Amino acid sequence: MRIGVITFPGSLDDVDAARAVRLAGGEPVALWHADDDLSGVDAVVLPGGFSYGDYLRAGAIAARAPLMRSVVDRAHAGLPVLGICNGFQVLCEAGLLPGALTRNSHLHFRNRDQGLAVERADTAWTTSFTQGQQIVVPVKNGEGRYVAADADLDRLEGEGRVVVRYVGGNPNGSSRDIAGVTSADGRVVGLMPHPEHAVEDLTGPSEDGLGFFTSVLTAVVAA
Amino acid sequence: MTADVTTERVDDGPADHAARVMPQLDTVSHAAVSPDDEQPYAELGLRADEYARIREILGRRPTTAELAMYSVMWSEHCSYKSSKVHLRRFADLPESDALLVGMGENAGVVDVGEGWAVTFKVESHNHPSYVEPYQGAATGVGGIVRDILTMGARPVAVMDSLRFGRADAPDTARVLPGVVAGVGGYGNCLGLPNIGGELLFDDCYAGNPLVNALCVGVLRHEDLQLAKAEGTGNKVVLFGARTGGDGIGGVSVLASETFDAEGPAKRPAVQVGDPFTEKLLIEACLEIFAAGLVTGIQDLGGAGISCATSELAAAGSGGMAIDLDAVPLRDSTLTPAEILMSESQERMCAIVEPGKVADFLAVCRKWDVLATVIGEVTDGDRLTIDWHGERIVDVPPRTVALEGPRYERPMARPADLDALQADAPPSSSADLRADWLAVVSSPDGADKTWVTEQYDRYVRGNTVLAQPEDAGVVRIDESSNLGIALSLDGNARYARLDPYTGAQLNLAEAYRNVAVSGARPLAVTNCLNFGSPEEPEVMWQFAEAVRGLADGCRELGLPVTGGNVSLYNQTGDVAINPTPVIGVLGVHADVRRRVPTGWRADGETVLLLGETRPEFGGSAWAAVVHAHLGGLPPRLDLAAERALGELLVGLAADGGVSSAHDLADGGLAQALTESSLRYGVGARLTVDGDPTAALFGESVARVVVTTSDPAAVRAAAEAAGVPVTELGTTGGDALVLDGLLELPLAELREAWTATLPALFGSPEVAVGTVPAGTVPTS
Repeated sequence: MRIGVITFPGSLDDVDAARAVRLAGGEPVALWHADDDLSGVDAVVLPGGFSYGDYLRAGAIAARAPLMRSVVDRAHAGLPVLGICNGFQVLCEAGLLPGALTRNSHLHFRNRDQGLAVERADTAWTTSFTQGQQIVVPVKNGEGRYVAADADLDRLEGEGRVVVRYVGGNPNGSSRDIAGVTSADGRVVGLMPHPEHAVEDLTGPSEDGLGFFTSVLTAVVAA
Repeated sequence: MTADVTTERVDDGPADHAARVMPQLDTVSHAAVSPDDEQPYAELGLRADEYARIREILGRRPTTAELAMYSVMWSEHCSYKSSKVHLRRFADLPESDALLVGMGENAGVVDVGEGWAVTFKVESHNHPSYVEPYQGAATGVGGIVRDILTMGARPVAVMDSLRFGRADAPDTARVLPGVVAGVGGYGNCLGLPNIGGELLFDDCYAGNPLVNALCVGVLRHEDLQLAKAEGTGNKVVLFGARTGGDGIGGVSVLASETFDAEGPAKRPAVQVGDPFTEKLLIEACLEIFAAGLVTGIQDLGGAGISCATSELAAAGSGGMAIDLDAVPLRDSTLTPAEILMSESQERMCAIVEPGKVADFLAVCRKWDVLATVIGEVTDGDRLTIDWHGERIVDVPPRTVALEGPRYERPMARPADLDALQADAPPSSSADLRADWLAVVSSPDGADKTWVTEQYDRYVRGNTVLAQPEDAGVVRIDESSNLGIALSLDGNARYARLDPYTGAQLNLAEAYRNVAVSGARPLAVTNCLNFGSPEEPEVMWQFAEAVRGLADGCRELGLPVTGGNVSLYNQTGDVAINPTPVIGVLGVHADVRRRVPTGWRADGETVLLLGETRPEFGGSAWAAVVHAHLGGLPPRLDLAAERALGELLVGLAADGGVSSAHDLADGGLAQALTESSLRYGVGARLTVDGDPTAALFGESVARVVVTTSDPAAVRAAAEAAGVPVTELGTTGGDALVLDGLLELPLAELREAWTATLPALFGSPEVAVGTVPAGTVPTS
């Protein structure tokens, strides 16, 4: 199972995402932002970091990278795509996910071990969890406050597109404690917390994050 | 800024505007025929005798550009002119097998086994951080990261050691948030985990905050790069950011002078950082190194192109020709002297064989890094720089980079030291419980989450331990689990009372912190922050601290791999307390055996290793409760430290202890608070002897451990000659000290965590709260 991990200029957690794919049993494939071709991967991860230094708006420049045209096209055809932190910002900027990520309400970068409730255990990236399961993964961002118009938030909630929600405290002021959302078909998921930093007891607060990466291996087989 | 050109009117005709003012360059040939032109050497920080020596070296007056180069390279910051005669003591230490590259390069390199090497260094960015907290701190991180990169290493982690004035002083509220945001903003954006550091407050830093940043990098032995220019015809390539007007004279003006309240604003001399460009520079450099495309490399830091070209040439065969017109500029109005002195960030300089230039430029293009050939290595031993076809610099580079002035400055034991040492601190607590809460809720003792949660500690996925652990631990090999541990410690109260012993106590603490994590201490770095070297009492403190550190390293068998000296940390005639910040690097054969500081399980035995004496001189208790600084610091015992360290490393390897926490500032009270609150596990304990000494004394060579097999620990300790005292058992939701006091963990946590948010603003106001250690687990 080949899972692509895209490196944009300024991507930082690409090595972590590749490690998580490997530990989950997949084969990580390094993808370069300036290429056109997805190298035939079965799924794609957009990692965390500060692509283009977060200049202009976080994720705005990366969303216009040549490779993103292929990602958007293939995502519309069902390719599983996971955007973590900066990757989530890129997916919102690319129009694959609704809403936007803005400056944290308290205006600080914040890194802590964060409780999350999994509200959708049936997306391409979350079948390894159970509905309502509480997990702990690190969160770390300065612009992670999820916002959307109230009507859009109502619609997302109504369609069950909130994948993970903050529990035990909202680290950045996100609307309705939303930590991650999915596309209508459940194939594209974006979240601000970092599951790739919770894949080994040695280095993370838990191994809960591994579930995102094992899930997609199942989803790809099933597809 | 001095003008680089002289202007002369050649035509008064209003029609010919362009020709009205024709700049005349101060060229080498012009300098040779105008020996009597007055030059602003004093404004550039040079003394009359230094200026005379430059004239003697050149056999003529320097050009304006040459004067600029000498002034920055002979500044205290670059030349170490006051400190060098003392720093020789580090070079005189016995040779260490572990040391691959010693002092003198950008950073020392240590062999950690399995073909891996580690390079680490601390550097100060004190003065810029006071002037412009965010950018000063950010570029401090950026500078030390480039030093590490220059050695051929991938930077893998950073740490920061910070000092500010009183926590409740208005200016601290200006400086601290900006510094923390700057350290975080730059390091986070570079993708380097921040694994630890220090945050301490004292009035003496009110006008001179200290911002010391450490970076550690990892490389294979064969990937080592050196900063020298060799091979006639090889190209000199400048790459990274364009050169702008920021940071001009930063080293000579900011870092080499005492702040003066009356003086002009110094803001323009602080550099501005762009971590995104630095991230690209890191990836481009590592790709360039891997492809073997450079023969020498140097980063541009203080003194910019002046420093990089003269150091590369001086370390190599000596000859280099630079065409300054080729340097890409952000501001086309910069004069040649300004270009030479600019400290614009995120720039590197490489020596590349002609046949490899195309490949070099291609890698830079891939990473969107601007790269330009600006010159070449030449025969001979002169560094020449041309501008608009005219020669404006023609110097022997060694005289610029290596043969700067050296001073044996007068020294004098501080006149107040006898009285200070005779002023013994109080030794008895009137209210142990109140004092305990006061110590752990003081700004120095309080929880540092407000700071550390602004730093990414997870990126790269190899952080095994980070703040608030005693040492940061990073895995460097995922297949073998080889790793490293690092600690930075710099108690300035001890150093004020006795700089010789104080420096060694800091060394001992960093050594102990590394051993506590289970790592074998291997090498030492340092950042020596002192007042003005022109004050004999400061110079004496400096010399004593260096002598102490060298003696301590000799006794512990550790090499000093390099370091940094920051002088002129002084406002008016008030110097900071001497602050030697010492970093110790250790090696973990298997990071899975690391030992954390927090208690996780009930029913474990709590043991105190080491001997407690009633020692309160320079203690946190004396400072917090009695506002007292006096007496002598705790008695140093390096033999005991060594025995304790070896015991801890052995216990970790055998899995014999489940936690270990060093006793330092705040003594047992501070350590028990931190170990219990980490995961919310209390304990019932008994302490013998005088309770004030037991709880707040700061005797060194002590560690608290918990274990499920106390007999084994006791046997190992006895074999190592380390005293053991059983304190009690973990469990419950309070710290109970029989017959003395009882502290419910909830109350203790409130006291410990509330301080910094109350002082610097609580991000929790807008959102929910998750105190450290109470995150729900699945």
